[in-house]
Amino acid sequence: MSQWPILWEETVQPAASWSHVLKRGTSLRITDVDGGANAGALFYNFECPAERYNMPDTLKAQHIARLTKGFVLYSDMGRVLCSITEDTAGWHDPIGGCSSRALVLAKYGEARYQEHRNEYYCNGHDSFLVELGKWGLGARDLTANVNFFSRLDTAANGAITFHGGNREPGSYVELRAEMNVLTILNTCPHPLDPSEKYNPKPVHLSLRRVEAPGPDDPCRLSRPENGRGFTLTERYFL
Amino acid sequence: MSLVPSALLHSTLDAGHAAYRHVIPAGEPWIHEIRAGEYFRIVDLHGNQAVDTLFYNAHDYADRYSAQDTIRTQANLYLTTGTRLISTGGTVLLTIVADTCGRHDTVGGACSNESNMVRYAIEKRYMHACRSSFLKAVMEWGHRGGHPGGLEMDKRDIASNINFFMNVPVTPEGRLTFEDGISEPGKYVEMRAETDVLALISNCPQLNNPCNAYNPTPVEVLIWDAGSRDPLGREP
Repeated sequence: MSQWPILWEETVQPAASWSHVLKRGTSLRITDVDGGANAGALFYNFECPAERYNMPDTLKAQHIARLTKGFVLYSDMGRVLCSITEDTAGWHDPIGGCSSRALVLAKYGEARYQEHRNEYYCNGHDSFLVELGKWGLGARDLTANVNFFSRLDTAANGAITFHGGNREPGSYVELRAEMNVLTILNTCPHPLDPSEKYNPKPVHLSLRRVEAPGPDDPCRLSRPENGRGFTLTERYFL
Repeated sequence: MSLVPSALLHSTLDAGHAAYRHVIPAGEPWIHEIRAGEYFRIVDLHGNQAVDTLFYNAHDYADRYSAQDTIRTQANLYLTTGTRLISTGGTVLLTIVADTCGRHDTVGGACSNESNMVRYAIEKRYMHACRSSFLKAVMEWGHRGGHPGGLEMDKRDIASNINFFMNVPVTPEGRLTFEDGISEPGKYVEMRAETDVLALISNCPQLNNPCNAYNPTPVEVLIWDAGSRDPLGREP
C-alpha cells in the first residue's frame, strides 16, 4: 500500500488522546515508534454511532482472542468497521480493557497537572470519556476497547498475564476503514503493564488512500464468516 | 490474584425460603431489580443452557457490567465462585458466592440477528436472537420509567455480557474455542448483590450452536432477602 502518498501524518504524544473519522477507502498506519507503546482504541459508525465495535462479535466470528493481520473488527450490526491489512507486531489485545483513575493512582501514585504540566498521569477510562464527549458521546458509549501493541497470555485455568515480549520499536499495524469510522484513541499504558514507573509511549499515525478490497482480499478470504461480513458491509453502501 | 477455576461451592440457601422465584422460558428476556445484600441464583434446569446476562448499577445505568474490567480485576477470563462482577465505573456490582458449574464465559457475547448472519448464513437474519430480547426488555423498562429518575435505555446499554453455564476457552495461541458445556441439569450459580443492581437476562434462543445441543431450555431465577446467608459464606 506504500505506493499511495501519505495524506497526512502526526505523532500522538505519550498518554494523549486523539480522534478522527477514518473515511471508507483510507488506511491508517499506527506505529509504535519507541517500542512498548499501547494504543487503546474504540470504533463507531460515524453515521450512526449506536453501531460500534463489538468485542465478542469480533472474537467469536473469527474464533480469536488476539488481533493481527487478516482479521477484521466487527460492529454489532454484522459489518466490518476496519480490516487489519498489515501488522508487524503479531498480537494486539482485545480483552484487557483500559486503566481507570483508581488503577493509575494505586499503581503509580499521583501526578497532577499543577505540578507536572503535560506529564501528568492520564488513565484510559477518563481519556476515552473526554474524547467521546467531543463527539457528543458519553459513558453509555464506552464499550470494550482494543489495545494495539499489547499482548496478554492466557493459562489453561484462564489466568491472564501481560506479555512483555511484544514491544519492538517501529512495529506497525494498518487499519483499512471499510466504513466511515469514528476512531477514538489514546496512548495511556496498558492496565496490566507491569512497569513500576508510569511510562507511556507515543505512536505515529499516517493516513493513505487505498484500493477497495477486491474479491481476493486476504481479510475477506481469511474465513467464510468474513466473506459474509464484507458482503453485509458492501450492501450497506448500496 | 488469579482465581482457581472450578471452585465448586454449594450454597446453604433453601429454595423453599426464596422471596422470589421465576422460570424464564427459552427465548424470553427477564429484567428485575436486586437490592444490595440480596442473593440471586440462576438454575440451569435442563443443562447447558446459555443465560446471557447484564447488570447495571440501579442508580446509574451508565455504570454497568464490564466484561473487560471484570476479567482484568480478577486477572482471569473465567467467572466462578469468588469472582466480583465489576462495572465500567469500577463498582463491585455482585460477587459470585456459590457455583456448582465451575466456569462461566464473558467473552463470547450474545447472539444477534446480524452476528448470526456473519457466523452462520445471511439467511439466518430472521431467527430470534438474544440482543433482540435485550433490546425489547430495556426499551420497555425505560419506557415505563423503571428507574426512579426516568432514565431511558436503548441499544447503547447493551454491553458485553456474561454467558452463564457456557464454556468458551482461550488457547495460549490466542484462539477462542467453543467447547461442549460443562453444566448439567440443576447446576446453578449464586451471587450476592454488593449494591442495588438491575439484572437483565436473555435466556438464549440460539438454534445454530451445538453448545446447548441445539435445544434452548428454561432456567429458573431465585432471590433471597439480604441476610439470608452468612455474609462470610461460612458453611453452617
